[in-house]
Amino acid sequence: MNSWKLWMLLLQGAGLTVAVSLLSIAIGLAIGAVISAGMLSSKQVFAVPSRLFVSFFRGVPLLVQLLLIYNLLPAIGINVSSVGAAITGLSLCTAAYQAENLRGGLMSVPKGLIEAAEMAGLNATQQFRRIRLPIAFRLTLPAIINEAIMILKASSLVSVVGVVELTRMTQDLSASTYRPLELFAMAGVIYFIINWGLSFIGSYTENAIRWGRP
Amino acid sequence: MRFDPALIIHHLPSILSGLSITILTWLIGTIGAVLVGFVIASARRFGPRPLGMALGAIVEVIRGTPFLIQLFLLYFGGPYIGLFLDPLPAGLLGLTVYGSAYFSEIFRGGFEAVPVGHIEAAECVGLNRLQIVKRILLPEMSMLVLPSAVNMAILLIKETAVLSIITVPELTMIVSAIGSEYYAFVESLFLLALFYWALVELCGFLGRKAEAKLSHFRLSAS
Repeated sequence: MNSWKLWMLLLQGAGLTVAVSLLSIAIGLAIGAVISAGMLSSKQVFAVPSRLFVSFFRGVPLLVQLLLIYNLLPAIGINVSSVGAAITGLSLCTAAYQAENLRGGLMSVPKGLIEAAEMAGLNATQQFRRIRLPIAFRLTLPAIINEAIMILKASSLVSVVGVVELTRMTQDLSASTYRPLELFAMAGVIYFIINWGLSFIGSYTENAIRWGRP
Repeated sequence: MRFDPALIIHHLPSILSGLSITILTWLIGTIGAVLVGFVIASARRFGPRPLGMALGAIVEVIRGTPFLIQLFLLYFGGPYIGLFLDPLPAGLLGLTVYGSAYFSEIFRGGFEAVPVGHIEAAECVGLNRLQIVKRILLPEMSMLVLPSAVNMAILLIKETAVLSIITVPELTMIVSAIGSEYYAFVESLFLLALFYWALVELCGFLGRKAEAKLSHFRLSAS
């Protein structure tokens, strides 16, 4: 196998890594927003399950979660591909962390803004969607980006449920070429570059949404 | 799906050996990572500039790449540069290296958070450098870094599960092997998840206890 072919295969794996991670980050953020609202709810029916969710998904190794979901979904009659199982696992795990991040942000939204929203006649749902969540998102953006980078790195674990992303591709190639040292080093470099890109997007977004901030 | 408790009782010895390896790798890995991390942070703070920059670059690389890739590089790539390691030592070394990068950042933050005035005051009353580190920096820092250090230690418990991929016979590997042998994946993995959950919650609880105990070192309103 020539090195051009190797490069193409590695980049193909990297593409799947990015796709799976970005999809999981987006889904996880959406679920996390709902869970964070649940955690802060005064109704115990919402608060208790939300806290249990966060505690469970933050307390169990991602590898165990992935293996569990990969085997559990078919056992309860849901047939998904390994990519589907991987995205489900990553999304649920990152949702727990993002919920905890957003909860911190929601709690530090200035009281005056919420009172003003109430005065303007927004109901509780509108207040959450229009005022509290956007402000919390802005306040916690560094932590959210940090978690996105963690998920990109953690996505290497989905190689164990048979998703041929960057890590699995590297494993397969190093088994067939007997060059694990170079290939895993290359994979490391690719991960590093993707992370660097993510943190660049993060600091760009942080600057772009600075408007209206003291 | 059915659950058979006899299965667990029958395999109790191997489950317990897996558990002991999980806890042992975690303890040794964490202690090693704290020590190496402290050395790195100190070298970056007090050492010569080129050394500090080199260490900073290494820390960035370790924090920017997945733990699994580092393990594979060490375990499968190591033999090509003369580093022949069995799974367990490779796992321990990997865990220590990975953890030390994160701990060094925690300590670096701790060093920077101690007010300069306190160090100047210590210099004024005639403490030497070692005494300043021992009597001022370390006690004040310990309280500042404890929450993030406990958090990191808990993250490392969960990272030990990854060692199963390079066939370290720890809990995840043993339990999933039992699961595949008896075709009882879901039950065994669910138990495994519950077990890790309990362990992590317990460590979080102990960490909060330690924080409460150490809180007399807390800086007042700084």
